[in-house]
Amino acid sequence: MDYKSIGFKAGLEIHQQLDTKKLFCNCPSKMTDSKDYSFHRYLRPTQSELGEVDQAALAESKKHRHFLYTASKNSTCLVEADEEPPHALNNEALDVVLTVASMVNAKPVDEIHVMRKIVIDGSNTSGFQRTALVALDGKIKDVGIETIALEEDAARKLEEKDRVVNYGLDRLGIPLIEIATAADIKTPRHARETAENIGLLLQATGKCKRGLGTIRQDLNISIAEGNRVEIKGIQSLSAIEKVAEKETLRQLDLIEIKKTLKERKVKEKDIEEAPVIDFTSEMKNCKSRIVKNTLTNKGKVFVLKLPGFAGLLKRENSRLGKEFAVYAKVASGIGGIIHSDELPGYGIDEKEVGLIKENIECNKNDGFAIFLEKENVVKEAIRAVKDRAVLALQGVAKEVRRALPDYTTEYMRPLPGAARMYPETDVPPVEVTKKRLEKIGKNLPELPEEKEKRLSETYGLNRDQTKQLIHSGYEKEFEQLAKTFPKQVNTILRTLLNTLPELENEGVNTEGINNALLEEVFFSLNKGLFAKEAVPEIIKYLAQNKGKHVNDAIQEQGLKTMGEKEIREVIRNIINERIDFVKKKGIGAVQPLMGVVMRELRGKADGRLISSILKEEIEKTL
Amino acid sequence: MTEENLREKLLKKTGAETGDSVRIKKDDGRVYEGILMPHHEFSNRDVIVLKLKNGYNIGVKVSEGTEMQVLAKREKTKQKAARTVPYDSKKPTVSVLGTGGTIACYVDYRTGAVYPATTAEDLAFSVPEVFDICNIKAKVVFQLLSEDITVENWQTLAKEIAEEFNKNKVNGVVVPHGTDTMGYTAAALSFMLKNLTGPVVLVGAQRSSDRPSSDAAQNLLDAATVAANSDIGEVVVVMHGEISDSFTTIHRGTKVRKMHTSRRDAFQTINSEPIGIVSDGNIKTTSSYRQKTTGKVKVETEMEKDVAMVYVYPGMQPKDIPSKKGIVLVGTGLGHVSKPLYSKIKKLIENGSTIVMASQCIYGRINMNVYATGRDLLKLGVVPGEDMLPETAYVKLMWVLAHAKNQEEIRRLMLTNIAGEISERTIYND
Repeated sequence: MDYKSIGFKAGLEIHQQLDTKKLFCNCPSKMTDSKDYSFHRYLRPTQSELGEVDQAALAESKKHRHFLYTASKNSTCLVEADEEPPHALNNEALDVVLTVASMVNAKPVDEIHVMRKIVIDGSNTSGFQRTALVALDGKIKDVGIETIALEEDAARKLEEKDRVVNYGLDRLGIPLIEIATAADIKTPRHARETAENIGLLLQATGKCKRGLGTIRQDLNISIAEGNRVEIKGIQSLSAIEKVAEKETLRQLDLIEIKKTLKERKVKEKDIEEAPVIDFTSEMKNCKSRIVKNTLTNKGKVFVLKLPGFAGLLKRENSRLGKEFAVYAKVASGIGGIIHSDELPGYGIDEKEVGLIKENIECNKNDGFAIFLEKENVVKEAIRAVKDRAVLALQGVAKEVRRALPDYTTEYMRPLPGAARMYPETDVPPVEVTKKRLEKIGKNLPELPEEKEKRLSETYGLNRDQTKQLIHSGYEKEFEQLAKTFPKQVNTILRTLLNTLPELENEGVNTEGINNALLEEVFFSLNKGLFAKEAVPEIIKYLAQNKGKHVNDAIQEQGLKTMGEKEIREVIRNIINERIDFVKKKGIGAVQPLMGVVMRELRGKADGRLISSILKEEIEKTL
Repeated sequence: MTEENLREKLLKKTGAETGDSVRIKKDDGRVYEGILMPHHEFSNRDVIVLKLKNGYNIGVKVSEGTEMQVLAKREKTKQKAARTVPYDSKKPTVSVLGTGGTIACYVDYRTGAVYPATTAEDLAFSVPEVFDICNIKAKVVFQLLSEDITVENWQTLAKEIAEEFNKNKVNGVVVPHGTDTMGYTAAALSFMLKNLTGPVVLVGAQRSSDRPSSDAAQNLLDAATVAANSDIGEVVVVMHGEISDSFTTIHRGTKVRKMHTSRRDAFQTINSEPIGIVSDGNIKTTSSYRQKTTGKVKVETEMEKDVAMVYVYPGMQPKDIPSKKGIVLVGTGLGHVSKPLYSKIKKLIENGSTIVMASQCIYGRINMNVYATGRDLLKLGVVPGEDMLPETAYVKLMWVLAHAKNQEEIRRLMLTNIAGEISERTIYND
């Protein structure tokens, strides 16, 4: 795809949890599933500028918002419970943000003011998120950094049931650095690279959390003729590129749809005045289970005509029908809708489809949507579908979407206007002094590129290896070991990058494997006490047997290295057992026999040595 | 430091005012555009606060070379829409008498400053559901942080409340009040108002009403419910019963104390049981109370102001006890002070002062018969304050000194339960 020609533009917003205490209290930034206490609350919309409460918002808040908070005493105090005012801004967290600002050449503000951003979905016990702008106007490679902010993470949603939303308070208040780039990103790949660069920079501070859920990435995307779409919650780097690609295709397709609607001469008025019919009695004998269930629950069947939408609701790159359904769901709580492009289906047959078409006078370009629910719910759902259908006339709708695991996205809410923020009067402003900045400037961490260069020069690593190492966050451990055991660099690297994660995947708890223990392993390896192939097995043994040492592992696992004589003996035996095969294959038997030999000798001798002895012995036989 | 600082100089030079759009150019080349905000009290004196287009406030430090330019004068704030207060003759009428405090403030989103609600109507309208409960008559009696409230304010308030009942025939009165000294005011009103024809309900908030999580709305609604619908003829405090938004507790005005600096359920009934709770708009009383009466509310506001409350501590010197007409000693344990203080106490009593003993334990009753120290103090003429809260004893002593004719009557009244401040029995509770 030629992204330049379609006017692709994107910006990233990266939120990374910092590895310090919480932002406005002294609780550890720790996630825990233990529950010591719980309480429940309501949140009310506050008064507007004119001192009034919006009645609709009030009704909304009464209908939906009831929040149950559960918390552990290990990770929360009265501040998270909104039972104590926030303490002053955490200086350690601020230093991390100022460090990152300095690394991307952003200009810190002279004085930092903490703001309240109103959020009444319950994710903040206070009803607002505290956030502070720390620096502006930086650059990372070819992409501008517009703002760098420090904010508090929200509570973790655990469950939503019967209008009660359950949140865990452990995450609330963990410091987040928020980095927002300018819309300088030119391709999906560029988006991924930029996110990668920012991620490396953040890890370089040594004060960022690692692991799933500690980084969240939002992506803003637009193309020419379109509108800005914000995609929330992309979990991994590789997903950024894929989501951006799929989203671009979706936006292009929406513009195609817009053109088709124009050709079909669909006007806003046609959608607004589209007929709705009550089809409940006609569907009484319908075999569809969804229809039957609706009727048993005293729901009704309504059909809305979608003028000009036939064939546009379910396409390869866009699913307008699903968009309609999600809009309807968000507005009314309706479970879903059925649209004409997926019919016949859901147990609704050709005949019934024909009957519907006839009743709402569909011509070949017209589509329709079926709503199955109580009448008042359907009313709200139809309003929402019409609103979304009208937006289709403009092409891409301005909105916030959520990234899904298959890299597609789903509608979440309309794009908010300028955030309504007002000062957090309980937290004093923080002056960013020259002295503080000088101190930070003197202690800047090594930039990722410098580190890459140094690692590759010092230890002879290739580009992929250095990249992987820096991403893993194990470079400190690596350097310590590599300095002591320069001959084992490759084994050390493999151990840190592959063995440890693999063991974790197997479910082995590797917490006890510290650098001292690793040092012991490589010391013994260096002395030739076992072959490097045995390293994973030894580490596994040490992880599973706390307090034991490398020697124990060698003894108990029978990993002691064999002398050449012993090896030769084992190999001769194997050859003799398969002498016919060896005679037949000649020197070509080396490859197949290597597997058999390794099964016997793995970890007891160096692989290369085994291979050469095997070759020699086969040659001798021939 | 009256000398004009760089910030003030720059503002004066450019004529920029809060709310104006401005551009600031620093001598290092940085340029900021935004709306000029009020100076924050904790900001560096040379810092100008700007609200940027993205909504964030930042501080910009002014130096000699800083340039500023006004881009646009501020927009005039829109007039608040005139409001008609709903009235339904079938509903009871409650008078809301504003006094200030956390419950009654709102935020100015343009400047971000928090202002006190100027009318009690503002408050009623910020919680419009209150009109489902009752009709509201609103009036601001004074606008004070509760720590600034004085004896004169109690007197004014008591008279206003009596008038609301006697002249305006309201069913009840709600007094939004700052929480720090709400217990004192509740106690003072309890002694000043007699023969109440309806409930007097003090209410506050531990989280200001400018935040979505404020407890103000629920507390106010439940206070209005008690004022409108209960048959209580006492001064009570209605506040959150626990940290959840589940129910509020009705506390007797002479038995309630703020027991936590910040929690929603800071207010607790001490040495007694609460009168009841309000849950889902329903009042449930759980212990006995004085019922409202008919006729006229009597108001007796005279107070002797030459009274002190003195906290007793190890190492205290006789000179640390002031010479006053009345003193509440907040003694240790069952009601004790150290021996070196005896002489001063003796002298004060001989000169006609009344000295009442309360306990810094807060929980439990004074008993000065158990230890020699207590017996000594009783002999000196110290009045044992039973299970009264120190604050309540202090307020009561002021009231008694202004109403009793002689020493004997002072002593008798201090030991008599007038407004629920003394309970005969201390019941176990957990």
